[in-house]
Amino acid sequence: MEKNHNISDLQLHTGVEVVRCYQCGKCSAGCVLASEMNFPPSYLMRLLQTGTKENYDKILLSNSIWLCLNCENCLGRCPMEIDIPKLMDYLRTQSVKENKLHPDSKPILAFHRSFLDSIKYTGRLYEVGLVAAFKFRTFRLAQDMAIAPVMYLKGKLHIFPEKFNDRKRMKRIFAQTIENTKTDNP
Amino acid sequence: MKIGYYPGCSLTGSSREYNESVVALAKALEIELVEIKDWNCCGATAAHVMNEELSLSLPARIMAIAEEQGLTEVVVPCAACYNRLKMTQHELEDDGKRGRVAEILKMPYHGSLKIINVLQMLETYGAENIKARVISPFAHKVACYYGCLLVRPHSILQFDRVEDPQSMDSLIRVIGGNSMDWAFKTECCGAGFSVSRTDLVAKLSGNILKDASDRGAEALIVACPMCQSNLDMRRGAINKTLAQPIDIPVIYITQAIGLALGIGANELGLKRHFVNVEL
Repeated sequence: MEKNHNISDLQLHTGVEVVRCYQCGKCSAGCVLASEMNFPPSYLMRLLQTGTKENYDKILLSNSIWLCLNCENCLGRCPMEIDIPKLMDYLRTQSVKENKLHPDSKPILAFHRSFLDSIKYTGRLYEVGLVAAFKFRTFRLAQDMAIAPVMYLKGKLHIFPEKFNDRKRMKRIFAQTIENTKTDNP
Repeated sequence: MKIGYYPGCSLTGSSREYNESVVALAKALEIELVEIKDWNCCGATAAHVMNEELSLSLPARIMAIAEEQGLTEVVVPCAACYNRLKMTQHELEDDGKRGRVAEILKMPYHGSLKIINVLQMLETYGAENIKARVISPFAHKVACYYGCLLVRPHSILQFDRVEDPQSMDSLIRVIGGNSMDWAFKTECCGAGFSVSRTDLVAKLSGNILKDASDRGAEALIVACPMCQSNLDMRRGAINKTLAQPIDIPVIYITQAIGLALGIGANELGLKRHFVNVEL
């Protein structure tokens, strides 16, 4: 099978040595969403250890990387202290970069993108804008129609964004990071 | 006693009652909170899932401004913000990353701030004070729920025990409450999936509420706005996953202590919850 450089890139960016995992399975046992995943974290570690391009793509195309909540329970219980959440962040960005996306990534990515748009334009989270953008991206128009009016009545929703002055710097931060395609930032 | 304050986005909107109760309690304990000027969002889960440099630059701007303002210590009540700020400080100990972030921000960043969560603020500046001021003991059996972001990763946060934390339980005992042993103290509630995968949040939060309820808890006590909103605002969706609906309230540690100190329910934001609070 074809070997690939993805594993050494992954190691370089995250500092995680996948060979250190000895498959005890504590991460999978403690993962609250393991049962919803295509394969649980310890299996993902084993796939990485094989070092093949085929298995690497299998990971990028799985829902496992998207369902990881970064709750860090796996890291907390790993006898080798392997930073699986950091690996997950890296694998998600690679999955977006290579456009190898499991369908389960769609609502999750739509949420994150809507969230970041709100911050880019208003400096702070603007929930009304976030939910509107999320609905627009996912066509889930009816979602949360029952709780939104209650939130409003209880004073939990801003009708307008909060005042934030340093918008120029915020735009610059986005332009230099997530919108910058020139750097090798994963 | 003066201390820097970073409320974060949730505390100005969907979790206003957390802000109200932190402010009311600080006032009662004579702790002066100095808000960071023109603060921005920490980027939360979205930034670190999407782009590493963005996830470091957003918290770095907040801390750079606080440093410029002359603050040395900042309390961060939101567990997610607390986690992001602490993690960023840790990541920026790397010279390469710090240099790159300084270039992005065009602001000096020293990494000298002490970042603490609300439990640490209460332990450090309030525990004795609280004890002396209890006028109406909080005589309830409760489950203290810490969630993920306050305690993990332990190697970096260095706060409390990772599987069976005790700081919130101790504070509950100080105000006359009965905090119980239970199994879901640090299990994840589904956090950032509240909008994108409400089904999974309902299932995970349902497991947490059921264990607390089965053991006879009268309330869940929290110190994270995401945990609170998932367990409270999503109660309708949660109850659909359970055989028996659960109606126990989820309140902030600052609200529980505020009640014991005789602060009014309105001032503590207790009317803003979805699940009625009758304690």
